[in-house]
Amino acid sequence: MKKPDLLPGTLDMLILKTLTRAPLHGYGIAQSIKRFSDDVLTVEEGSLYPALQRLLLQGWVKAEWKMTETNRRARFYTLTAAGRRQLGLEVSQFEQMIAAIGRVLSEPA
Amino acid sequence: MNPFSLFLKRLSILLRRNRFRSELDEEMAFHREQAEKEFIAAGMAPQQAHLSALRQFGNATRVREQSHTFIAFRWETVAQDLHFALRQLLQNSGFALTAIFILALGMGVSVAIFAFVDAALIQPLPYHAPDRLMDVAENGAMHLRSDLSRDDYNDWKRLNHSFSSLEVYGGTGFLLRTPSGSEPVPAARVTDGFFGTLGVRPILGRDFRPGEDRPGGAKIVILTDGVWQRRFGGRTDVVGQSITLDGAAYTIVGVLPRTFEFAPRAIAEFYVPLLDKNVCEQRRGCHNLFGIGRLRDGVTPQAALQEMKAIAAQLAVQYPGSNQGQGAVVQPLSAIILGPVRPVLLTLLAAAGLLLLIASVNVASLLLVRSESRRREVAIRGTLGATPTRLSRQFITEGLLLALAGCFAGLFVSSWTMTILMTLIPTSMAGNLPFLARVGFHLHAAIFAGAIAVLTSALMALIPILRLSFMDIREGLGDGGRSAAGRFWQRIGANLVIVELSVAVVLLVGAGLLGKSFYRLLHVDLGFDASHLASLQMAAPESTYAKPEQKVALLREVTRRLSALPGVESVGITSDLPIQCNCDTDWIRIVGKPFHGEHNEVDERDVTPGYLPTLKARLIRGRLFSEDDDSSKAQKIIINEALAQKYFPGEDPIGKKVANGSLDPKSVREIIGEVGNVREGGLDDDIWPSEYQAMYYSPDNFVAIAVRTAGDEKAILPELIKTLHQVDPNLGTYGEITMTEQINSTQSALIHRFSTWLVGGFAVIALVLGVVGLYGVIAYSVSQRTREIGVRMALGAQRSTVYKMVMRQAGWLTFAGIGIGLACAVGASMLMDKLLFGVEAWDAATLAVVAVVLATASLAASFLPAHRAASVNPTEALRAE
Repeated sequence: MKKPDLLPGTLDMLILKTLTRAPLHGYGIAQSIKRFSDDVLTVEEGSLYPALQRLLLQGWVKAEWKMTETNRRARFYTLTAAGRRQLGLEVSQFEQMIAAIGRVLSEPA
Repeated sequence: MNPFSLFLKRLSILLRRNRFRSELDEEMAFHREQAEKEFIAAGMAPQQAHLSALRQFGNATRVREQSHTFIAFRWETVAQDLHFALRQLLQNSGFALTAIFILALGMGVSVAIFAFVDAALIQPLPYHAPDRLMDVAENGAMHLRSDLSRDDYNDWKRLNHSFSSLEVYGGTGFLLRTPSGSEPVPAARVTDGFFGTLGVRPILGRDFRPGEDRPGGAKIVILTDGVWQRRFGGRTDVVGQSITLDGAAYTIVGVLPRTFEFAPRAIAEFYVPLLDKNVCEQRRGCHNLFGIGRLRDGVTPQAALQEMKAIAAQLAVQYPGSNQGQGAVVQPLSAIILGPVRPVLLTLLAAAGLLLLIASVNVASLLLVRSESRRREVAIRGTLGATPTRLSRQFITEGLLLALAGCFAGLFVSSWTMTILMTLIPTSMAGNLPFLARVGFHLHAAIFAGAIAVLTSALMALIPILRLSFMDIREGLGDGGRSAAGRFWQRIGANLVIVELSVAVVLLVGAGLLGKSFYRLLHVDLGFDASHLASLQMAAPESTYAKPEQKVALLREVTRRLSALPGVESVGITSDLPIQCNCDTDWIRIVGKPFHGEHNEVDERDVTPGYLPTLKARLIRGRLFSEDDDSSKAQKIIINEALAQKYFPGEDPIGKKVANGSLDPKSVREIIGEVGNVREGGLDDDIWPSEYQAMYYSPDNFVAIAVRTAGDEKAILPELIKTLHQVDPNLGTYGEITMTEQINSTQSALIHRFSTWLVGGFAVIALVLGVVGLYGVIAYSVSQRTREIGVRMALGAQRSTVYKMVMRQAGWLTFAGIGIGLACAVGASMLMDKLLFGVEAWDAATLAVVAVVLATASLAASFLPAHRAASVNPTEALRAE
């Protein structure tokens, strides 16, 4: 089955939102997004890691190496204060856009 | 986040780039492991799970690259590309060096030639508002442009309203007294406003003041920078000092700046005001001065020409004897100065441009071949995750790197070429071309070089892109590039080869025609024997040799002493040596024939009895001069064949008389002999009617001596000078040269030799490049068709058929190249007809020879690949797949 592609520009927002619950490693982020979207959204690994580098560079997330429950070294990403602000901004922008799209779509034909 | 802290962050990552990479790798490995575990937990076989995880993750390299683009600086990828390009080029250093060498050659030669064109034709002449400066002269029946007479000039200056100033200059020579004796020096006589009109100011002292050029004025002189440095050590106290010219004291009033140049009288060392009228200037009919005028604001050259023509017509009515048929010419001064060099420079620039074209095309096709052979590499890199943009950027980087290296090397080539060209120009010619001092890598040349660099870089970058965009990665991976792309390359490559061959044909034809012109020029009928003939100029001080008898005695003594030298066969003295110019003319009238005041212009030479025999001129009828033909007898002349044919058609001229227009009894002279046409004018000038008068009848102080030797005529030159100084230490001597050297160094011979050698050199390079290009195309096509040839041969094709197949392709390309080239060549040659002498632009022999040469070279070049094709072993060719 072909799954719908992620809306362009939303990946950063989804990652930041996922990290509000708890620090996660890359695989965890991908799994989390998949689970919370009821398997509708799949994050391509090819986009996930470049996106994480971008967020790191912008200072919206922090990364540190920790041990997983299975005692495996992994890189965990934590949301920063700046990341939280950025998330708020992106969410409100996204909602404005969805609302706008909704208004256009609900216009009687 | 502000750009600055972003920059700092990137910088900090850059410093620990390895750690960044290993962390990313570890992270991705962790990701794949987790995915694998999940697959196993879901019941997948471990092996299967591993592969699925890998597949799901996708292209790790691409992820790495993309992650990298975020944290890296933009220039880092450029640096990467450069690094890789450099490695590529070093790996194929043969290819890279060839390409750079060809580019450097094409560019260097073009820039060097352009520097000459720039100095001569583009940079303005070093005068104030040079485009308003006009050359003002008279013209007559046989002269498109002839000197003004002094009386005419005075009237023109008085009557015209077109010029804010109208000045004249004339050549002259002095005997300068130096501590070691007398030395002849070239000089110029000018009117007082000459330098002011040019807009040139002396750097030391002053200019001539208004009125200082009038007859009877003070003897003053302005020095050129060259003579000031050489003879006066650049001392600033020379102004006010006195020098002795022709035995008279002249006061130095000024020194001209170093940048001053005046090509029409480039050799002049001293400038003096006109002052007293010389013998010629006593008569309105004697022309010895050229005019320069500065147009008044708003006056066009055409308007000035119309006015001067009207004035000339008015004078012709007023003074019919001297001015009938005399018109006026007004043209930009630059036309006079640059006229002789313009055609040769433009031809050379065009030839250099063609060379650059063929060089670029050649390198472009080299690049094409290479991008062909790199199809598999490109395909692999594409599959491994390189984006098309990144791939083409790689090729652009390589092309640019090549172009840049080529252009950089080209700058050196251009500087060497300039130096070599400078040394190729003989000093005798360079003296008359002051613009040479301005040749160099100036702004215009830099712009030109920049433009070439940009164009070639664009070409080098575009070709691989063009090539890549047509390429299908899968195809490239599949069969190593054999079928469709092979055809594509053949098409483009073949077209490029046709261009190369055509350009080579154009250059070869140009070189052939110039070479033939040069040959014709050097083998033109001289009318005398130029071998074993030495010559020099002699100036006798007027103070010692004032009376005609004294002059005759000196000439006789000089003849006697020189004839007595060992190895000398005969000696003759003349007013002008042959191969100089159709100048020093006389207007004659045939006594007893109808005359309507027309100017029958003939070259007039004063010669001693020994002169014509020394030249070995051919006596047709009558007799030559004897020692008795002097001023005690009636005046006699010898005429040349051209004069006899023009004025005595079908008659025996011996005993007939000629005179000047007014039949002045003193001017009536009898024809005693007729000789064959001795070429008095330049090699490419028409033969003019000439009359020879007896030197002993009206002797002169400035004469030329011709010496026929038995052996080496060059070795005897110092001996001649020594002997003259034994006769009188105060005799000035200069211009000692053998006749062969004289012929070789005439302006027309020099221009022809120069253009022949240069265009010939370009043509040879073009031929080599074109033929190598053809070889490349055919060889490549054969290598691509190895399998096809194998199949054909397996199916029974004969080796001769394979030969034929390859040679047919080469033959067609050659044929097309030669055909197009010949058509273009005829057109191009017609544009340079000013440089052609005794040969037409469509000279069949030249065209045929070029066609044969190129065809032979091309077929030879294609024979090698054809032979290789015919030797293909069908089994191996098929197995190779």
